[in-house]
Amino acid sequence: MGVPRFWREIPNRYNIIGTKCGYCNKVFFPPRFICPSCRRKGKLEPHKLKGRGKIVTFAVTHVAPNGFEDQVPYAIAIIELEEGPRLTAQVTDCDPNQIKIGDEVEMVFRRIGQEGDDGPIYYGYKARLI
Amino acid sequence: MRKVAIIGAGLTKFGELWDVSFRQMIVESGAQAIEDAGIDGKQIDAMYVGNMSAGQFISQEHIASLIVDHAGLVPIPCTRVEGACASGGLALRQAAIAIASGIHDIVVVGGIEKMTDILTEQTTEALATAADQEWEAFVGATFPGLYALMARRHMYEYGTTEEQMAMVAVKNHHNACFNPCAQYQMEITVEDVLKSAPVDFPLKLLDCSPITDGAACLILAPAEKARQYTDTPILVAGTGQASDTLSLHDRPTLTGLRATVDAARIAYKMAGVGPRDIDLAEVHDCFTIAEIMAIEDLGFCNKGEGGKMTERGETALGSQIPVNTSGGLKGKGHPVGATGIAQAVEIMLQLRGEAGKRQVGGAEIGLCHNVGGSGGTAVVHVLKRGD
Amino acid sequence: MTSLMDVGIVGYGVYIPKYRLKIEEAARIWGVDAERVRRGLLVEEKSVPGPDEDTATISVEAARNALKRAGINPQDIGAIYVGSESHPYAVKPTATVVAEAIEATPDLTAADYEFACKAGTAGIQTCMGMVEAGMIKYGMAIGADTAQGAPGDPLEYTAAAGGGAFIVGKNGSETLAAIEGTYSYTTDMPDFWRREMRPYPRHGGRFTGKPAYFKHVLSATYGLLRQLKLTPQDFTYAVFHQPNGKFPLQVAAELGFKKEQVMPGMLVIKIGNTYSGATLIGLAAVLDQAKAGDRVLAVSYGSGAGSDAFSFVVRDALEAKRDASPKVMDYVNNKINIDYGTYAKFRQLLVR
Repeated sequence: MGVPRFWREIPNRYNIIGTKCGYCNKVFFPPRFICPSCRRKGKLEPHKLKGRGKIVTFAVTHVAPNGFEDQVPYAIAIIELEEGPRLTAQVTDCDPNQIKIGDEVEMVFRRIGQEGDDGPIYYGYKARLI
Repeated sequence: MRKVAIIGAGLTKFGELWDVSFRQMIVESGAQAIEDAGIDGKQIDAMYVGNMSAGQFISQEHIASLIVDHAGLVPIPCTRVEGACASGGLALRQAAIAIASGIHDIVVVGGIEKMTDILTEQTTEALATAADQEWEAFVGATFPGLYALMARRHMYEYGTTEEQMAMVAVKNHHNACFNPCAQYQMEITVEDVLKSAPVDFPLKLLDCSPITDGAACLILAPAEKARQYTDTPILVAGTGQASDTLSLHDRPTLTGLRATVDAARIAYKMAGVGPRDIDLAEVHDCFTIAEIMAIEDLGFCNKGEGGKMTERGETALGSQIPVNTSGGLKGKGHPVGATGIAQAVEIMLQLRGEAGKRQVGGAEIGLCHNVGGSGGTAVVHVLKRGD
Repeated sequence: MTSLMDVGIVGYGVYIPKYRLKIEEAARIWGVDAERVRRGLLVEEKSVPGPDEDTATISVEAARNALKRAGINPQDIGAIYVGSESHPYAVKPTATVVAEAIEATPDLTAADYEFACKAGTAGIQTCMGMVEAGMIKYGMAIGADTAQGAPGDPLEYTAAAGGGAFIVGKNGSETLAAIEGTYSYTTDMPDFWRREMRPYPRHGGRFTGKPAYFKHVLSATYGLLRQLKLTPQDFTYAVFHQPNGKFPLQVAAELGFKKEQVMPGMLVIKIGNTYSGATLIGLAAVLDQAKAGDRVLAVSYGSGAGSDAFSFVVRDALEAKRDASPKVMDYVNNKINIDYGTYAKFRQLLVR
């Protein structure tokens, strides 16, 4: 991933900052730049989410993409945050086979990957069972 | 708006075609189709081509130019259409629209993908670009992972079982045994699937369609002129396309594809038919769960019943609505950009009565269903035997 | 060094990863008598960072915990210093990653420190000066590490992972513990070092004891006690840098502190030596249970070598605020034991 591309999303990835439509009050994470309901009427501002939610569904990855091989098997889940939006994240620090739909999680700051041995390190969010 | 018909088709063998290049596949499938249609190359007005990622697989973009050039058809217009795994279906729709509008008469539409010139890990990475790079791929979600997320939710909400998903693979492998172009010609059992290596649990190796090289080609013409070329024109009676969010997590439902439902509704309406009128269907079984959701979303059964319908054998050869008689993506192979076209080729053969040992008796109306990514794009065509 | 300052701790937090490698497990691999190692080091197990953890992620969670306890606006933090021997980058500071992750950017200064295991306390001293001088309202100092011991080296039994974050501010109603004074003792001492581009440190064996750890810790402590005119009896707690379980108990005894004063701050037995995090985590453990009016001694030691001694006096605000974040023992007790193979994979000892 190009460095500027990663850098741009740093506040969003580090601090779960999405956007909120000033017109209909819907919260979006990941951030959106146009409200699908309000379109031009909508006014989107940055909005920080609390980072707590529930697992809606999950899968256990055994064949990992580049950079994730050392973590196999790991759980990937769709999490519904308290404020409403859903996101996709790895569930860390757990036995992936012990996860259940409905489990409560908090988003934590972890190392997501890196661009080889001499490239930048990517940080972001993962979910941790509460 | 004019009606559109298919007057010819061709396709290469699907498989790991080490000896055959991208350029050779174009020529092979194209020549077959032109021969089948009984036309002369000079009569072709335009080309549309579906391809997901020649840029990543063979480092070649601008393939529209490459294809029309190597097909010997310069200077006609050629347009490449991309919609991840739905590229072929989208190209077919664009070609049909071009003819329906009156702008072109005879149009060639092809689909092609050469996936084995790079290492498997690189192919997997290329396929993953159909997902949301910033918010799905970045966090470690793989393409099978996204379908596994849907599978687990489907199991949770409707009680669908791993065995029912396995039955999709068993059926499609069985059907592929009767398809000489299919990548695999071997039967498998439910136990084989259940015991196969986990990829993204609950999906295992045999729940997943393979990596395949292949090309397929159709010749389309205005329906009113079709009989000049063939005794068995196949009408593109309905075409429908719809979109949905790129990311799986942005969708309100995780157990079906809204884009399929929307695209099907449009195609059914245009063709003046409903799910009960369909005699056979080629659906997008990139993973076994995808076929189960597809037969629900296309209206062949109620939401949640797809597993049971498969288990009861109601989508098998010889049943009321045979699904994926070609072997589907699982048994026939999934050269991404070619799939949408290959599905239409299968329906065409069936409606013409030329499907050999996998023939569906009395087939009059068929449906093809092609999906991009985890459901961000879907395109459905209803094909009818012309009168 | 003077101690006429009016600054204190307004927030503190720690993070310790949940994986543990028992002494027995490492000893088993190297064919060494586990009991002999345990008795010699007074350590049972050490913390191991997961494959997605590093000094930056540890620092961030500790910093976020500190912020919750402080209840301050992160934008009021004027300086962040992260001290470690295992910064994720050789060049590109951990401090800016932390600053971004606690939303303290952009109006602040930041830098990374290195001074073996006392890089974190050096940061506290810097923040003290900046706050006292009126340069900043609050300063955050973090000491965190994901230490590596060479496979088979005695350090492997204790080289652990963890971190502590402390927020310094002017004394007021929100002060959790006032800093009475600080005294440091520093000399050029090659007791333990790591050269550029080498993965593991080297050390002088027994040379790291009396002339290194003990000389500096004793001197810094005597210096502080002299300056503040205090004796060991004036303290409720004493926290010492803990490379193993023996050194802090020995130095405490030599100084005249009782075992009961030292044990609450002795985490090394359960989590190993968290290097730059060690003294800070020990101090945090004491603050997790201390009462208003308690006086706490904390003395760090960094090879190379130096020792920073501090005297804290606990204030009223601590009791109400300390439950805002997980306590040291919450992290210590949230653990899962792993085998040496998993440890080797996590620590990337195996080359693919």
